[in-house]
Amino acid sequence: MNLSINITISDAIQISYLIAAIAFMLGIKYLSSPATARKGNLFASSGMLLAIITTLFNEKIISYELIIIGVIAGSLIGVVLAKKVQMTAMPQLVAIFNGFGGAASALIASAEFINLNNTPDRFSILMISLSVLIGFVTFSGSIIAFLKLQELISGRAIVYPLQKTITAICFVIIITLSLYLIFSTTSPVVFIGLLSLCLILGILLVIPIGGADMPVVVSLLNSYSGLAAAVTGFLLNNLLLVIAGSLVGAAGLILTTIMTKAMNRSLMNVIFGNFGAVDNSTSGSDNSDKIVRSTSFEEVAILLAYADRVIFVPGYGLAVAQAQHQVRELADLLESKGVDIRYAIHPVAGRMPGHMNVLLAEANIAYDKLYDLESINDSFSNTDVSVVIGANDVINPAARDTPSSPLFGMPILNVDKSRNVVVLKRSMSPGFAGVDNDLFYMENTMMFFRDAKDGLNEIITEVKDNLL
Amino acid sequence: MNEIELIFILYVFVLAIFVGFELITKVPPTLHTPLMSGANAISGITIIGALIVAGQSNSDVTISLFGLSVNIVAILGLFALIFATINVTGGFAVTDRMLQMFKKGK
Repeated sequence: MNLSINITISDAIQISYLIAAIAFMLGIKYLSSPATARKGNLFASSGMLLAIITTLFNEKIISYELIIIGVIAGSLIGVVLAKKVQMTAMPQLVAIFNGFGGAASALIASAEFINLNNTPDRFSILMISLSVLIGFVTFSGSIIAFLKLQELISGRAIVYPLQKTITAICFVIIITLSLYLIFSTTSPVVFIGLLSLCLILGILLVIPIGGADMPVVVSLLNSYSGLAAAVTGFLLNNLLLVIAGSLVGAAGLILTTIMTKAMNRSLMNVIFGNFGAVDNSTSGSDNSDKIVRSTSFEEVAILLAYADRVIFVPGYGLAVAQAQHQVRELADLLESKGVDIRYAIHPVAGRMPGHMNVLLAEANIAYDKLYDLESINDSFSNTDVSVVIGANDVINPAARDTPSSPLFGMPILNVDKSRNVVVLKRSMSPGFAGVDNDLFYMENTMMFFRDAKDGLNEIITEVKDNLL
Repeated sequence: MNEIELIFILYVFVLAIFVGFELITKVPPTLHTPLMSGANAISGITIIGALIVAGQSNSDVTISLFGLSVNIVAILGLFALIFATINVTGGFAVTDRMLQMFKKGK
């Protein structure tokens, strides 16, 4: 009996891809704890390096000039972007990276379309169409998301007449062109038409979505970039692409679900609801005759310095003001006086999932002091002071108590249950939902009208000078 | 691709999605941004497709551009490769930069 096995180069490549797939899975597994997360990222990136080096031995590769140019150019751009970006700008960076991943998949599918020559099979064309659709929608949609997050275009929902109809027509034409390519002729003109419409569809889908809904959009685009890779895997008959793409598709989908649940809205409502399109100050309750108590940095400093338990509640305003280091400085001062400090983070605070956690981590705040909604909500009632910094809709008690409020049903942080609430905010203007915030009118609430960074600096100085 | 191959890949696809769901639901909210950028870097796996397209010069489909004869497949491959490489290197680098900031309290 002959037990010898002949391992060809192609077999070796497949085994190496399997190892890479395992490295990706372990990489995500290690992300289950901040203590092992960095090791996980190292695993995943090593898997990627292995996959890249292995691929260079593929028999189809006969020239390396373009490969060298592409890898050098891409690495330079990627690493510079990664090193230079500010932590507050992380959502737009992730958005644009998503887009690049989608574009790469769609371009590969386009090249395969040309390579089909005169032997088109229907399955390949179906996969090419899907990859081009998902990939280019991800690409142009991500660019719009990037422009909105970077505030190069209005972050508001942009609406125009017949918007849903136009989007639907665009989608129907895309399907028709795909079917034509699959069942009739592989005309290059039809293909270019398909490709252009997919790019337009991405724009049409993201343009009507407002800035504060971007956590959902970025998560969804993340999922799409994975799906595009998986579909390209079907096309190229490559299992590693299918596995890695599915993992990412699942990740994006889970995050999307978490985000929509935290807003108490359906995915359809986020995508087609035009939320935050106009400045409609509709409110579930009439606050016009209620009194707002405004305060000063001296009063806030005294309140904090003599408190036992304080919870900070950060929101997008913190990111805009780049005030994370001030929060940390104030927290350090208070902790040195024996005050117990914690941080309450709503799932949709900021512009992407986990945005606030990264900012606070950047300011060297330990992650075990950051609490999510469920784990901290019962603690507000025995908290002396809650300090709200640039958050609004996620702390509006109307979401819990007022059935007529547009926010009703959205899970909120129960900040209003604490003995004192300090809201650090520039003005009374409503949050993204355009809803007046009942919290601002409550007896235990004090409004400190200031830019987050300046306000915190004043409080820090006051505590240092007079209260230590 | 024949039917058996297709069914085989479908199996892998479905099982990988299940594994993905199991693994990712265990990631705590505090790491959701690194999860996203890390997953994003993994989706850059499409780079291996880009390498193959950029490295094959057997296509004879060319267009004339400014008097130069340009191989369209090669150009598509090059751009796919640049995009995918940005995605991969930038994604992993920025994820590492974020993760090294997460520290436990004393």
